Amino acid sequence: MAHSEEDILAGLAEIVNDETGLPADAVQKDKSFTDDLDIDSLSMMTIVTLAEEKFEVRIPDEEVKNLNTVGDAVSFIAQAQA
Amino acid sequence: MSDQPNVVVTGLGTTSPLGGDVPTTWAAALAGKSGVRTLEQDWVSQYELPVTFAGQLAVPAEDVLSRPETRRMDPSAQFAMIAAREAWADAGSPELPGERIGAVIASGIGGVITLVNAWDTIRDQGVRRVLPLTVPMLMPNSPAAYVSIEVGAKAGAHTPVSACASGAEAIGYGLEMIRTGRADVVVAGGTEAAIHPLPIASFAKMQALSTRNDDPAGASRPYDVNRDGFVLGEGAGVLVLEREDHAIARGARIYARVAGLGITSDAYAVAPPDPTGAGQERAFRLALENAGVHASDVVHVNAHATSTPAGDGVEAAAMRRALGDDADHVAISATKSMTGHLLGGAGALESIFTIMAIVDRQAPPTINVSDPEPDLPIDLVRDVPRPLRDGDIAAVNNGFGFGGHNATLVFTSS
Repeated sequence: MAHSEEDILAGLAEIVNDETGLPADAVQKDKSFTDDLDIDSLSMMTIVTLAEEKFEVRIPDEEVKNLNTVGDAVSFIAQAQA
Repeated sequence: MSDQPNVVVTGLGTTSPLGGDVPTTWAAALAGKSGVRTLEQDWVSQYELPVTFAGQLAVPAEDVLSRPETRRMDPSAQFAMIAAREAWADAGSPELPGERIGAVIASGIGGVITLVNAWDTIRDQGVRRVLPLTVPMLMPNSPAAYVSIEVGAKAGAHTPVSACASGAEAIGYGLEMIRTGRADVVVAGGTEAAIHPLPIASFAKMQALSTRNDDPAGASRPYDVNRDGFVLGEGAGVLVLEREDHAIARGARIYARVAGLGITSDAYAVAPPDPTGAGQERAFRLALENAGVHASDVVHVNAHATSTPAGDGVEAAAMRRALGDDADHVAISATKSMTGHLLGGAGALESIFTIMAIVDRQAPPTINVSDPEPDLPIDLVRDVPRPLRDGDIAAVNNGFGFGGHNATLVFTSS
């Protein structure tokens, strides 16, 4: 079953909270993973791996560098599950 | 030794089957409590494990650490961090350049839980599900690395690996770091998190574990004629070691002096100890010599004493030979009777017990010894603590490991 963008954002926020301790409401679509959320490359790969499992999608490793903002990730996952 | 600086202990920390910190753990040990319980994990019945109990942490790590910390660290590193934070705070969080601080955190087995779980993930869900921090989590130096980051230790972070002698070796390594001028303060100890079907199955197959499934708290019974193996435990112990003049200059509270270290190897077999105990005896003698302590100064030994049929007798005889007739006046305690065997964490937790025995002048009891080995050549403290005399005293901690590793530490009151 496809997840809505709202569901995806909430799910990502939960993963980011687990991984980094950042409050879930800090994870907004316009936030940059590196500049705003201070997420390093290893944490980003962890978040991507957990997101693949949660949303049953594949996020190719080479695509991760294009996911600059939380919104980028939400859009990619929404399209990938279509 | 005269040109080497004295080294003292200024901080203690633990999380153990008896408590989530040193005061709780030590009080439980003096009270003769057991931290060994029946395991409630599903895998116990799922795999029909032959041993269904262990010494699990009294306070689960996830109750103490943040969720990101428990996700990013193997349990062995989690336990070490809990103990290191307590020890560092207990030492008054010394302020000195990181280049003068060392970290030495041992582990016997390393991140076995992370390793095996990651393999389960690959097998069941494929390689894409493996998390990127898997190797940094499972590597045995992970606890030392995390502790070095925690306290800003830049003089070197090390991980002695010598099975159940690891924790004692780590304290010895820290002692040498300060003696040789590499550091002024060293956070030293050991950790282990191996309560998992794989180590249990392997140790059980060796017939090294007690199988008293109907009496977990009574299973670890060092020197008792009916002992049938050790009880697996988990946890960590960490000490803050400090150059004595540095500690005095900053007005730190001093628990005891780390006076000497003796290390030998049996070169005999990969699991059982040399039945002659020659290596253990030599480690004991070397440690006394290294400390400049005579056998008559020793009032207490925290023995390695794991409750295996083969090991306890070898150690008792070796201690007797090293101490000679002075052994008649030495209160010997086997605290694994209460905690189980913390493997790489054992030497560190038991060093904390040894130090607290000096501080409180009480040797902790050995529990479960209802029928002691006849002709036991040592004076075992049973059931209740025994007072230790006033004045300058020395106490010893033994740590021995699979592979024939022998490490003996001497602590003194001044």
